Amino acid sequence: MKIKSSPAEKAFDYFNYFLMFMLILSMLYPFIYTVNISIAAPKDAEAGGFFILPKSFEFTAYKQIIQDEMFWIGYRNTILRTVIGTILSVFMTCLCSYPLSRRDLPHRKLFTFLVLFTMLFSGGLIPAFILYNNLGLIDNPLIYIIPGMISAFNVILVKNYFQGISNSLHEAASIDGASEWFIFSRIYLPLSKPIIATIALFNAVGHWNSWFDSLLFINSENKKVVQTFLQRIAVEGDTKLLESGLATDMVQMTPESIKAATVIVTIVPMLCVYPFVQKFFTKGIMLGGIKE
Amino acid sequence: MTEKESIFSKYWQKRGLLIMLLPCIIFLFIFNYVPMAGLLLAFKEYDIELGVLGSKWVGLKHFRELFIGGEFVGVLYNTIKISLLKMFFGFFTPIIFAILLNEIRIHYYKSFIQTLSILPHFFSWVMLAGIFRLFFAQQGSVNEVIMAAGFESINWLTDDFWFIFMLIVTELWKGMGWGAIVYLASIAGISPDHYEAAQIDGCNRFQQIRHITIPALVPTMITLLILSLGGILSAGFDQIYNLYSPTVYDVSDVIDTYVLRKLEGAEFEIGVAASLFQSLIGLFLILAVNKVSKKLSGGEQGVM
Repeated sequence: MKIKSSPAEKAFDYFNYFLMFMLILSMLYPFIYTVNISIAAPKDAEAGGFFILPKSFEFTAYKQIIQDEMFWIGYRNTILRTVIGTILSVFMTCLCSYPLSRRDLPHRKLFTFLVLFTMLFSGGLIPAFILYNNLGLIDNPLIYIIPGMISAFNVILVKNYFQGISNSLHEAASIDGASEWFIFSRIYLPLSKPIIATIALFNAVGHWNSWFDSLLFINSENKKVVQTFLQRIAVEGDTKLLESGLATDMVQMTPESIKAATVIVTIVPMLCVYPFVQKFFTKGIMLGGIKE
Repeated sequence: MTEKESIFSKYWQKRGLLIMLLPCIIFLFIFNYVPMAGLLLAFKEYDIELGVLGSKWVGLKHFRELFIGGEFVGVLYNTIKISLLKMFFGFFTPIIFAILLNEIRIHYYKSFIQTLSILPHFFSWVMLAGIFRLFFAQQGSVNEVIMAAGFESINWLTDDFWFIFMLIVTELWKGMGWGAIVYLASIAGISPDHYEAAQIDGCNRFQQIRHITIPALVPTMITLLILSLGGILSAGFDQIYNLYSPTVYDVSDVIDTYVLRKLEGAEFEIGVAASLFQSLIGLFLILAVNKVSKKLSGGEQGVM
């Protein structure tokens, strides 16, 4: 059924299309600008301005970054923590969610509350620091992986998903003599691929983006992550890092283009993956539902 | 006695499940509950040799220090101001965005916008700060456009007022698309019958939005509002830490940056007192609002 739009509705439509177009522009342009600055000649990068198309093509900033050892070390550490951290975290989250999803778990309410409460209340930074110090996690790369391994939010998501799986599967399997572990690993996990993909992606993004643990708890340069490298150059404007490894025949660069190029090299991997995984995020947030 | 035995035998019966749960409980105990016990430092004089539990009690001394005469009152004011502003705008923008996006009738355009709008949510504030610091710089695009229009350039990130403004704008920019997902899903869940019936009754699109779409979103709004209240004393550490600079410390020093400074300055107790205050207020607000909303809706609406 189609009803003719009134002039007011038409005006609204045009306004709405225009507004959304401006929104797209505001989302895209900062990135375009950053790319343009990163490949601009020093003179153009210094001048800044508003331009959609690059004024010049020079890749010296990128060359300089990839010659920096710290950049590669940071990237290596980020990739390592993302891969190892995500695998461990997903496994632990599922392992924890399964018993909580079972109605026959004794004291189920109490255990669920213990998990939930960690979302509502926390000890904060300083007690955590004291704890890490006592456990020997300071300046230890394990700190990237261990403390954040189980997040209550993800546990709730997975638990809710498990609860949606028909209980008759569980019954049938236990009548056949399957253990809880068998049922969990052979029936529940294979049936829960969508939610596992979702929390794996949540975790991976979290690891890729983390910088605070590296900044505060890690002192050795060779254990820092790439976000810290980016932070020093693009946020604190520190280019000493790059200059130390600078080859002598380098053209004089403005810090601006190096900053922009550093942002780009850390953002590009995410941009490449994003279109393929985006649907998992939007689905995932709905799968678990926000209501407990 | 029999009661105890029955619980024990129940546990034994369900040992398969409990063994699976055990690592998680141990883990949460160490990394979440032990630090909570560390909050006791707020009432103690920390002695590294004696540890948290063995240190001497000093009562409310650190809280007196915190609230009387110190910089904390200003910090608290900054925190609440920034977070209320963010909460207010951050609450309405995703709703408006979701409603407007839903009115876009070209499918590809709509899904393209949605995909794009979620994107910034996945970038860290380090990356975004790197971009914004270039973009809003003296020669950045924004100022160039403003100057081309004949106005004076603005110190977006170094002026007290504009810095707070930027905190809100960039927060909205980053979170709007993500926040709208839930609302868009709620809208998608509305039966088309409602709209058809309304059209037959002669409702125009504005009336449909007003009387069908918005009422359908109210339960989601309430849930999200309750959840957001718990964060009233967290003004967004990642964002502030990466965007601020010494010139705006006065307005952007919030509880989280304060606690970090106390950690770096090894003034553990007063930092912990601030953290405890922050956590308690958050907990209290979530529980209180949850209770009120349950009562008002007759037990239907609440998070827990």
